Amino acid sequence: MLDIFEIRETNQMIEKENLDVRTITLGISLLDCVDSDLETTRRKVFRKIYEASKNLVNVGEEIAREYGIPIVNKRISVTPMAFVGASCCRCEEDFISLALTLDEAAERAGVNFIGGYSALVSKGMTAADELLIRSVPGALARTERVCSSVNLGSTRTGINMDGVKLMGEVIRQTAENTKDRDSLGCAKLVVFCNAPDDNPFMAGAFHGVTEAEYIINVGVSGPGVVKKALEKVRGENFEVLCETIKKTAFKVTRVGQLVAREASRRLNIPFGIVDLSLAPTPAIGDSVADILCEMGLEYAGAPGTTAALALLNDQVKKGGVMASSYVGGLSGAFIPVSEDQGMINAVKAGALTLEKLEAMTCVCSVGLDMIAIPGDTKASTISGMIADELAIGMINQKTTAVRIIPVIGKGVGEMVEFGGLLGYAPIMPVNPFSCDGFIGRGGRIPAPIHSFKN
Amino acid sequence: MKKTIITVVGHDTVGIIAKVCTYLAENQINILDISQTIVQGYFNMMMIVDRKLSPKSFAETADELERLGEEIGVIIKCQREDIFKSMHRL
Repeated sequence: MLDIFEIRETNQMIEKENLDVRTITLGISLLDCVDSDLETTRRKVFRKIYEASKNLVNVGEEIAREYGIPIVNKRISVTPMAFVGASCCRCEEDFISLALTLDEAAERAGVNFIGGYSALVSKGMTAADELLIRSVPGALARTERVCSSVNLGSTRTGINMDGVKLMGEVIRQTAENTKDRDSLGCAKLVVFCNAPDDNPFMAGAFHGVTEAEYIINVGVSGPGVVKKALEKVRGENFEVLCETIKKTAFKVTRVGQLVAREASRRLNIPFGIVDLSLAPTPAIGDSVADILCEMGLEYAGAPGTTAALALLNDQVKKGGVMASSYVGGLSGAFIPVSEDQGMINAVKAGALTLEKLEAMTCVCSVGLDMIAIPGDTKASTISGMIADELAIGMINQKTTAVRIIPVIGKGVGEMVEFGGLLGYAPIMPVNPFSCDGFIGRGGRIPAPIHSFKN
Repeated sequence: MKKTIITVVGHDTVGIIAKVCTYLAENQINILDISQTIVQGYFNMMMIVDRKLSPKSFAETADELERLGEEIGVIIKCQREDIFKSMHRL
């Protein structure tokens, strides 16, 4: 029989420490919607998403009610639209019309985001891939719920530097197109190296072509729970520290597994994976940076930060893996700046720089995330930042990503407000020196060697 | 059998258990286990109950208990047992 203290512990985690299921993401394959006629494709896409997702929000709310655990987001991911639109889209405007269809379908389903306005171009771009990528600034300006991602490299293929160059320009243009909203469009656009097919988290979620017809993926969260558990072992050695994180991650993930199984059963859609993530929100007490501070750092970014984060990320996985039958997605600690109050404080205090963030991404998921940079940053500089981040992913056989927001009309030190879960951020300085010659070369960086590891 | 956990948290006052138990009896909800303690000055009670014979849906029961809690001045939560079991039992 359960005892009263166990029940109290669980409810404290939910009520006081922000334990929640961050997202139930329904993956839908749209490959069977492909048609050579644009209007037919749009109709099929809308119908398929509508039919699959009509109970998603209700079921999510039902589970939240019965188990007493908040399920913050219900979302949809679809097959990368570059595949879906390849035979019917002749111009950027055609692709944008598909984005509008996704937006409508998401609105009808009652979800806040739909991911999959994506192209996978880690080695090369097809005509459709390039068209979709060029249409992204228009699509993100004219839709509310659509999220876009582009995979630009992988450990097996190297990095598509033509794509990197293009994405620098696309990010800038997206910022321009949404400058009346602090360049918010860029918060819904992410580039990857080694993008996972089953990631439930936005903006990078898409339903990979290796996936089943429909799938339920769940992302858990709970930085506040880990922080609280660590408060009880202040001053103890690393063994105790690591064990505490591991046990806490286990408990958090078990809730995710339960919700995923239950959602899968009620929707009659197979369960895919649980993404073991510590995903922060701007809410006080829901911060990954605060965990690092609890470990003994004055601010995130202080010397020791990379080691602390590496330890945290590894223990979260070790604890979580045993708690779930299938683990996937991004799995690890997220370090977005604008979505984490502790990170924001660290930037304001001058403790955290872009370079340190880049180092931190070597040991955790996912990458340079939700970082506001000056609006006058050149496209080639953005491409340079992307190339650096993707190189880390390519060499270290891990997923890395970049979601940066050049805020048009604003400069270093000014604040930007994205609202809701996207939070707010101080604009961070970018290294002012040029990389034009490097980015301008064109072509791709070859795949790395898998031997002689150093 | 799907068990449900009812938790009651709040300032201690006369008749909390009586009122909750009366509601459960009236709605054919059987109490399997009950324990109560005072933590940091707060009244804490948890019950493991079986709703098998109850004519009411889970959501109705949860809503009505929540309202009853508001009347007494305590917080009453109704949750399926699985969430606690998955977290604390292998």
